[in-house]
Amino acid sequence: MSDKNFDVIVIGGGPGGYVAAIRAAQLKMKVAVIEANHLGGICLNWGCIPTKALLRSSEVYHLAQHAEAYGLKIKGLEFDLKAVVERSRGVAKQLSGGIAHLLKKNKVTVIDGFGKLAGKGKVQVDKDTYSAKHIIIATGARARVLPGLEPDGKFVWTYKEAMVPETMPEKLLVIGSGAIGIEFASFYKTMGADVTVVEMMDRIVPVEDAEISDLLEKALIKQGMKIIKNAKVSKLDRGKDEVTAHIDIKGKVEKQTFDRVISAVGIVANTEGVGLEKTKVKLDRGHIVTDGYMQTDEPGVYAIGDVTGAPWLAHKASHEGIICIEKIAGIKDVHPMVKENIPGCTYCHPQVASVGLTEAAAKEAGYKIKVGRFPFMGNGKAIALGEPEGLIKTIFDEKTGELLGAHMIGAEVTELIQGYVIGKSAELTEAEFMHTVFPHPTLSEMMHESVLDAYGKAIHF
Amino acid sequence: MPINITMPALSPTMTEGTLAKWLKAEGESVESGDVIAEIETDKATMEVEAVDEGIIGKIIISEGTENVPVNDVIAVLLEDGESADDIGDVSAASAPTAPVISDVSAETSQTKQGDSSPQAPRNDDSQKSNRIFASPLAKRIAADKGIDLSTIKGSGPRGRIVKADVENVKADAIASAAPATGVYPEDAKVNVFGMPYVEIPNNNIKKVTARRLSESKQQVPHFYLSVECVLDNLLSARKELNEKANGEYKLSVNDFIIKASAMALKSYPAANVSWNDDAVHQYLHSDISVAVATPNGLITPIIKQAETKGLRAISDEMKELAGRAREGKLKPDEFQGGSFSISNLGMFGVKDFAAIVNPPQSCILAVGAGEQMPKVVNGEIKIQTVMTVTLSTDHRSVDGAVGAEWLQHFKQYIENPVSMLV
Repeated sequence: MSDKNFDVIVIGGGPGGYVAAIRAAQLKMKVAVIEANHLGGICLNWGCIPTKALLRSSEVYHLAQHAEAYGLKIKGLEFDLKAVVERSRGVAKQLSGGIAHLLKKNKVTVIDGFGKLAGKGKVQVDKDTYSAKHIIIATGARARVLPGLEPDGKFVWTYKEAMVPETMPEKLLVIGSGAIGIEFASFYKTMGADVTVVEMMDRIVPVEDAEISDLLEKALIKQGMKIIKNAKVSKLDRGKDEVTAHIDIKGKVEKQTFDRVISAVGIVANTEGVGLEKTKVKLDRGHIVTDGYMQTDEPGVYAIGDVTGAPWLAHKASHEGIICIEKIAGIKDVHPMVKENIPGCTYCHPQVASVGLTEAAAKEAGYKIKVGRFPFMGNGKAIALGEPEGLIKTIFDEKTGELLGAHMIGAEVTELIQGYVIGKSAELTEAEFMHTVFPHPTLSEMMHESVLDAYGKAIHF
Repeated sequence: MPINITMPALSPTMTEGTLAKWLKAEGESVESGDVIAEIETDKATMEVEAVDEGIIGKIIISEGTENVPVNDVIAVLLEDGESADDIGDVSAASAPTAPVISDVSAETSQTKQGDSSPQAPRNDDSQKSNRIFASPLAKRIAADKGIDLSTIKGSGPRGRIVKADVENVKADAIASAAPATGVYPEDAKVNVFGMPYVEIPNNNIKKVTARRLSESKQQVPHFYLSVECVLDNLLSARKELNEKANGEYKLSVNDFIIKASAMALKSYPAANVSWNDDAVHQYLHSDISVAVATPNGLITPIIKQAETKGLRAISDEMKELAGRAREGKLKPDEFQGGSFSISNLGMFGVKDFAAIVNPPQSCILAVGAGEQMPKVVNGEIKIQTVMTVTLSTDHRSVDGAVGAEWLQHFKQYIENPVSMLV
């Protein structure tokens, strides 16, 4: 029976769960992970990673299409959709295998099946019952389903089907312009589909700074994407090999026909069937409520990642896993997450990345702000890369010099944002950013210039 | 094998200190318990004692070196039979480290702990370091709000003070530390405790006064004798004399005190002295230094040979000297020297006080205010004007009996002013 008793059991092997398990093992705890599908969770198998593989294919395709701009000639360029998808699946498989290896290396017990709370300190998986002093719920989230827009796996896709297309749709409708929707829209557009995006709000990527939303919209429209804002899809008529969408634009319904529809209208937490009913665990709008150290209202039960709410990001889940385990282990130097310091990245073309408050949010919070902007057009490396479109925007608190937010659009900004994240986490002020030497020639120089611009000192613009 | 003497941790919070002074030179022998050096931290200056005996082979950290980390080798001690040639390999960490104990008597309570072992590993716990760890943003907000970071407990990584900690400091706590901004002069600064201040540069008079008074209070063994003097006779004499002056002069009580002091020194010269190691110098004149507060600081013009001068002469001279003293126009020989000092704060209503001896003089008379009060005289209560004077003396040259006897002479002159005019 001893192999069924653990210090920690983690329900869910996604980027929250498996990271928590490894950290627990490092801290000499006996730990098990229960995973119903694939180690690595959505992120690794059906989210972050395979979409990045797909988007890389589309990026290379895009570059090849524009080879002449770089003085190259490519004849007979075409893509093999099956191979593109296979590459994506291969990447996911490789990494999922990597997680299994890491867990094994750290002597984490992996239990296949669906874990369910079964009384104090108990977790049931099928007919087996395991016990642990600490149970971490890391069950993640799934695509939200709106009435009338139910995915059917054939014409109406969720992220999962959208990731493994058998044929290239000619005409595609993407409902929702959050990170997931806009990444798929970008992929399919680049691969040649006629893509329409419908967004309920008055701008796309609504969590981003409004200026970035506008720039992205312009860039996508320039690529030939159709964007309908302030609109919702009220109904889908599913035909034999097509779908007619009823697009409600401010009360006026317009019918358009598409080959395929991707529904990306948000996600909902996986709290069902976990056995929360008999516990004191509280939910708030479907998400598990925790304190800053991921403790729920039920002693010994914790929750991390998407199941606890926004932002629904793998790196947030992983970090929460670490906080949770270190707190359990009694490590003193553990600090709750500062949500303003969690960066967000969207891998459309052009990329979008941000951290902290938007300009509007900063003003609303009552800050008197200084805003810096630096365009890709003023950066040597951007010009050399043939990526002259984009912007790096920084928002400082005029009073204290605190970096309140940073918002970027353009090539490779998802790799740049961490510089500001470090600065923000370390609570640097504009002075430290200004005193930092940025290497030349890099895109990162724009991060320097943007800060300088906020204080009227930009050199190259 | 030569022994390394290391920078001791004189308090649990100490990570570095200033090697203020070496009390032993290279080549000097030391016994266990000898004070070998003085170490300054931001809190105090402390003596470092040797535990081992031997000869100071090499001083590695020279006097006045600041920020010497705890446990750094500051000197090398040679044991019996060893010579300076053995020192070569000492800097290598192989040498055993001499325990060094510190005299913490002058220290604050924080340092009161038995274990001041220099071998204590440098801790990585920021709580135990004098350095304040704070994010740049927290530092800036604290500076803006006038918050003293040393009063805040950090909640960030490794106890670092972050924005939230500074913002959580209660508004009223800030208000008491620094009233509304904007009321301060432009050159106002804020110290590490968040206290706003302006800098007033020290002129030379202040620097010299500070140094000499410090030396005096530290090196001169002071003691104090107070007596009450009945002023009524003096006051009526003064009144009478001033009435006859026709405005040509106006004697002050202080003029009488100068004269009385001078006469008392003349009739009792044992108090008119300076201490020197080989001999006490007894002066042949009563050169009375009179403390005068000026905008530039304290200065003591001298009424020379005051025992030979009349009250009017003393009064005139005093007025003239004090006037030039306030203008900063005294010549050095008018304020340097003197055999005895008077400091009078009676005009401020100070009842009595003890002054610091003005070296190389041995005595200073602190004069309080003359106050009317009921006194029992021959079994009857009488209203008398009483002045308390306190004589501070250098015990090396003026002992209690000498001081007391001088005061008797002084009191006699003050209470019978006619006698000093004879």
